[in-house]
Amino acid sequence: MVITEEKILEILENVSDPEIPYLSIADMGILRGAKLVGDVVVVTVTPTYSGCPAMYEIRKRIVEELKDNGVEKVKVETVLSPAWTTDWMNDKAKEKLKKSGIAPPGKTDEFSIENILNKTDSVACPFCDSDNTEMRAEFSATACKSLYFCNNCDQPFEHFKCH
Amino acid sequence: MTYTDEKLKDAVREYTLRLADDRMILSHRLSELCGHGPILEEDIATTNTALDLLGQAKLYYEKAAELTNENTSADDLVFFRNEREYTNVQLVEQDNGDFAFTTFRQLLFDVYDILLYSELINSKDEGLKAIAQKAIKETKYHLRHSHDWMLKLGGGTEESNRRLKDAVDWFWNYSGELFYSDEVDELLIKEGIAPDMSKKRDEYYKTVNKILVESELDEMDPEVWMHSGGRNGRHSEYLGHTLATMQYLPRSMPDAKW
Repeated sequence: MVITEEKILEILENVSDPEIPYLSIADMGILRGAKLVGDVVVVTVTPTYSGCPAMYEIRKRIVEELKDNGVEKVKVETVLSPAWTTDWMNDKAKEKLKKSGIAPPGKTDEFSIENILNKTDSVACPFCDSDNTEMRAEFSATACKSLYFCNNCDQPFEHFKCH
Repeated sequence: MTYTDEKLKDAVREYTLRLADDRMILSHRLSELCGHGPILEEDIATTNTALDLLGQAKLYYEKAAELTNENTSADDLVFFRNEREYTNVQLVEQDNGDFAFTTFRQLLFDVYDILLYSELINSKDEGLKAIAQKAIKETKYHLRHSHDWMLKLGGGTEESNRRLKDAVDWFWNYSGELFYSDEVDELLIKEGIAPDMSKKRDEYYKTVNKILVESELDEMDPEVWMHSGGRNGRHSEYLGHTLATMQYLPRSMPDAKW
């Protein structure tokens, strides 16, 4: 089999995010690219957060998935720049998040101390679409999510932070 | 990034280690609250903050290890340096105390961190620049979180306000060291690698004082005597105990692996 870069990316569509298994690392924007260098497949990934504990598992899954598809020589490189942002998450991914009860991230806003101290994201409830929601905790089950409560349907829910 | 000038290389290494040590020690302090947070949400919040800081520290240590020599790893720098070799500011090594203490220590660090990263994202050192661009986004949540708790504790009950005031009194004289500067900083400022934080000092104290007033506390005077010494390896009694806990396992079993 002659392996092409398109084929590699197609295979990597099967690699899921360990913490959100119904999203692939491509959906998440963690997968930054793949190329052939001689006979070695070089896959580039970027961590969501600096201390993301899933990176080890993600690298392992990439190597395993490619091996299962007959690609033996794999190198996974981690890059920091440009820094990961939820703006890279595709619409399909955001729709899947919402369906599973997690409010998807909106657009990231301008960075300033004023914005940080005075602004909270207005987040629509993933169950009833109401804007009558409030944040209960800045951090939730994972660093990339915060905990909200919907005052309309009385349901707690998680919000994937704009990052 | 490779440096041919040895003096500059050493300065970048020293500067990178300081960034790493601040975050490593604060991360360790916060991680002590794992399973001991006042409520479940705060248990999760403080440990998430600890995880971000640990991730950032790891990136800085890897860079510092590379600048040391090819036989040095990030783990060597964390686990096999003694108290006098650690260069963190004394603020981050202080005891967790009660939750008001943990909150105010974090606020003092978070405001500084935002101001630092707002400049370090333009560093001429590509490695530091990339780490800063990543870390600044995480610091945003840390500051929101510590700010939120300042308002809750300060405006809460008489007791929570009093405890927060005690925390302010205890930590205030540790804030000045964040703006300590020596020949390492001077050289890197000249080279466009490190920001000149002395220019950010006014904005820092203005922001912190504004938050103190919002939290129903008195403004504090920045022009008072401040602790120093951490950057040169002189620490308060707390660091040695912290390192003893943190370094025990790899020192007693140096080849231990997960």
